[in-house]
Amino acid sequence: MNTPKELKYSKTHEWVRFTSDTECEVGLTDFAQDALGDLVFVNLPEEGAEAVKDETICDVESVKAVSDVYSPVSGTVCAVNEELLDSPELINNDPYGAWLFKLKDVSDAEDLLDAEAYEKVCEEEEH
Amino acid sequence: MTLKTPLYEEHVALKGRIVDFAGYFLPVQYPGGVIQEHMAVREKAGLFDVSHMGEVAFKGKDALKNLNYILTNDYTNLKIGRVRYGVMCYEDGGCVDDLIVYRMAEDEFFVVVNASNRMKDVAWMKEHITGEVEFKDVSDEYAQLALQGPLSGDILGQYTELPQKYYSFITTQILGKDVIVSQTGYTGEYGFEIYCKPEDAPFLWNEILKDERVIPCGLGARDTLRLEASMPLYGHEMDETVSPLETGLDFGVKMNKEFIGREGIAARKNRHRIGIKVTGRGIVREHCDVYLNGQKIGHTTSGTFLPYLKGAYAMALVDEAYEPGTVVEADVRGRKIEGVVTVLPFYKKEK
Repeated sequence: MNTPKELKYSKTHEWVRFTSDTECEVGLTDFAQDALGDLVFVNLPEEGAEAVKDETICDVESVKAVSDVYSPVSGTVCAVNEELLDSPELINNDPYGAWLFKLKDVSDAEDLLDAEAYEKVCEEEEH
Repeated sequence: MTLKTPLYEEHVALKGRIVDFAGYFLPVQYPGGVIQEHMAVREKAGLFDVSHMGEVAFKGKDALKNLNYILTNDYTNLKIGRVRYGVMCYEDGGCVDDLIVYRMAEDEFFVVVNASNRMKDVAWMKEHITGEVEFKDVSDEYAQLALQGPLSGDILGQYTELPQKYYSFITTQILGKDVIVSQTGYTGEYGFEIYCKPEDAPFLWNEILKDERVIPCGLGARDTLRLEASMPLYGHEMDETVSPLETGLDFGVKMNKEFIGREGIAARKNRHRIGIKVTGRGIVREHCDVYLNGQKIGHTTSGTFLPYLKGAYAMALVDEAYEPGTVVEADVRGRKIEGVVTVLPFYKKEK
């Protein structure tokens, strides 16, 4: 399992890449994409939508099931990765490149985990 | 309690993602994923562990009479060495299970049932058999592999002669192991099912997988393949509330003979199984209400993204036989997704 050190994580398996103090990209972790299996559909949020920490913001679907994506922080959606609409498999192939959406005016980031803490969460879920 | 098939250690060694399915630990997929496994079966070959399936034997002078009474199909003219589909119904026409029947000898039949229904089926059969027939649940005496895909004949043919016709079988040996090989399957593709002794299963499994043209496949691909081929699955397209005619199994129901459920089936106001190609954005799965011009007409029974057809499809049980091209909507978690009624099967292999 790949867990880049420079990223932050949520317990619900989203990763967060800060591009400034108040802006970030959000995607699904390697652990999440592996657990979901082949992704075949991504339902992205609307630009301008309010993201609230720990609340459902969009969903992704694998062959097997639909899974909610939770916003790991609060903020406003300022961009969505439209490339994923036609190529959801990018999430499987490159989970840390395939960001789902970007947020601005980010807050509630205090609970984010570092890579080490996130790996522990994954280990516990595997058992 | 969850049981292990004789191939459990093989699945673990191949890093299969193990789930509890019908009381058995089975792989839902291997690391390559469902899409790769699905495509392998459509284009080359895939090997499945289907040892969880149940098998029962009917033997004796009245074996045929019993099958013809307990099952919807007519086995009178089934030749030795041939296989025939059938459904077992309750008096009211709902389905106990669907199954396939092998004629081993004039008075001997081998019946393969769904794993999740095995105990219920055995109880129902025991309750209804009459006359001179020896009935036995032999599930624990058999493991079952399914080798499916256009290259499956080339691969299996290296070890044994093959049953030449669809829905026929032979009893033979593969590398010294006694097996029944039938040209059957649940993928809509050319392929074979191999019944063997449980203790021989790991050897045969590993031997077949030595061929680089075949990959192991899990339950996930088994489901997407059968759905793409529009084959009904018990618990989805049929159950105790649905008759075999409603789900489109007319070919396996012979209303001109006496059998349990005949009056029940005849008395029903029939619903219809339809195919829907999803044209809106999203995946439509089972248990979604289906609407036509705002009126609810039924619900979906199975659905997902189909890898070979590269699109989202669903099957639904609805109140009328709507024409292909009819535009409908499915309610997916509160969101209406558009689809169009499509001829079944979604996928049919080229002859």
